[in-house]
Amino acid sequence: MKEKLVTAIADMQEEEALRLARAMLNEGEDPQVILDAGSEAMALIGTRYDAKEYFLPELMIAGEMMKELGDLVKPKLGAKATQMKSLGTVIIGTVAGDIHDIGKDVVAFMLDVNNFEVHNLGVDVSAVTFVDKIRELKPDIVGMSGFLTMAFDQMKRTVEAIKEAGMRDQVKIMIGGSIMDESAAEYVGADAYGADGSAAVKLAKSWIGGK
Amino acid sequence: MPDKSPEQLFKERVRRCLDVAALRVPDRVPVFGPYQLYPYTFAGVKFKDAMNDYALAREVCHKFQDYFQPDLDFGPILAYPAPAMELLKINWFKWPGRGLDDHIMYQYIDSENMTAEEYDEFIYDPSHFIMYKWLPRSFPPLKGLTNWPAIRRFMWFGWTGGFADLAATEVQEALRNAAAAGEELSRWFDSIAQYADEMKAKGTPQLYAAFDWAPFDIIGDTLRGTRQILMDMRRRPDKLLEALEVATKIFIEYGSTAAGAELPYCWIWMHKATRNFMSDEQFKTFYWPFLRKGMLALIDKGIIPVIYCEADVESRLEHFADVPNGKVIYHVSTTDMIKAKSVLGGIAAIAGNVPNVLLLSGTPDDVRAYCKKLIDTAGKDGGFIMDAAVMLDEAKPENLKAMIDFTKEYGVYR
Repeated sequence: MKEKLVTAIADMQEEEALRLARAMLNEGEDPQVILDAGSEAMALIGTRYDAKEYFLPELMIAGEMMKELGDLVKPKLGAKATQMKSLGTVIIGTVAGDIHDIGKDVVAFMLDVNNFEVHNLGVDVSAVTFVDKIRELKPDIVGMSGFLTMAFDQMKRTVEAIKEAGMRDQVKIMIGGSIMDESAAEYVGADAYGADGSAAVKLAKSWIGGK
Repeated sequence: MPDKSPEQLFKERVRRCLDVAALRVPDRVPVFGPYQLYPYTFAGVKFKDAMNDYALAREVCHKFQDYFQPDLDFGPILAYPAPAMELLKINWFKWPGRGLDDHIMYQYIDSENMTAEEYDEFIYDPSHFIMYKWLPRSFPPLKGLTNWPAIRRFMWFGWTGGFADLAATEVQEALRNAAAAGEELSRWFDSIAQYADEMKAKGTPQLYAAFDWAPFDIIGDTLRGTRQILMDMRRRPDKLLEALEVATKIFIEYGSTAAGAELPYCWIWMHKATRNFMSDEQFKTFYWPFLRKGMLALIDKGIIPVIYCEADVESRLEHFADVPNGKVIYHVSTTDMIKAKSVLGGIAAIAGNVPNVLLLSGTPDDVRAYCKKLIDTAGKDGGFIMDAAVMLDEAKPENLKAMIDFTKEYGVYR
């Protein structure tokens, strides 16, 4: 049954996935098994995204399915939940003045399904908030997103603020957004640019591996 | 070119921009006025002030145009009228003074203003749906329109009950609020028209004769919202396809206002077609056929669709090639221009793609080197328009000047 659930989620069969999950719970299955199936399916979905079989629609539906499965099992889960060991911590946000979030959320999703602990700070995130959150959460990686061309300078200001706070050496910084590129990364003082969710995961893994 | 009269200049620019679209080799590479916020940044005027003061917005755009002199100009139409938006309290928008700092580009708030269950209503009678559901949801002062009668039922003796519905206090209040906003918007449009006349007197045509946006985005932008429409491709493809048929007719209506203009460019925004948003299969099922059908209808009316892609569209180029030759311009943003030329050369003109970060952080020499490469490759034998990759908010003035002046000098076809 678990295998069927994994397949249903990964193949975007929303109703079938929920039906299976309910049936499993009714038959007394350990709720953790449902969550594990979800994680396995998310990994498959991530792989299909990397392979350009899946795009935004599928990632969004996957996100909604995970939430629904979570809601379903949560009441039965108690304190039994096991947490997968995190590869590293990432904070991510769209820089101040910019309220675009779709690309940023995809990157957050992909990092999450690849076992990073992701703190999504949302949109219009000021330099001060980035600095405060680095202090509070001690992330390994900071992701900055921006769609507007004004984001170039705001990213630059944010990196400078991190530098002034004396924390630039503690984090790797990646940027993304439709008009960003390597030269933008250089301009703003980030460590790298990533074109999409897959690129972000690759970068993050390479940085964590090198630690 | 001080020896040319504004009238000659105007004609020359129109001719150049018609030639490039038709794939006739123009006298030189045309160059667009590639901005949204930039003229205000350049003039040191806060965007908030320009959105509130129509004369100021005109003045700024004159200043920009006088100094840089691109071939075509957007003028103050992108400085939306804050007073009208204040009156309407538009819900899915943030702008300087309402949720954003004083000098920043306004932005959409992605939101769902048509539920999945409402597809049928929209498909059956889009105007009524817009009137009694979408308007009240978008503009709180128009809340009373939720009681607006369906005009389609006014026939025979339906008009009796229909008109009676207009007696409701909340409907009348909504109509008064709408009229006040309309008066404000009319002042704004007067200012836009005044600017276009002034520019014509100086020899510069406007870049747009109409604005439009892809049928998929008509449904996705402010009706279903980006997230919902992307998921609808999987969850309710048939309903979406039906709605797209309706949206295509609306698309044609919007764009058709460009018919008969001296430079009949219809500027078409493409929002959700970029490589990461959907698969090629989804693009060719839900996005492209409807946009293409709409474009062909505009082309039949003598209109030149200018597709503003806003992101990398390399993976869509093969589809873009499926249009009649010499009728469409693709503004391909950050797409590799050599690739774009190789696929679209002889089929459609391409515009772009000086990187915005280069205009912001490079030197005039860097910019000239980039433009030279573009003119030598993408510009070979015509079919190319110089522009920034995406509309400009920030740049070093000397860099933008270098882009425009170099194009005028080096971009001459001999």
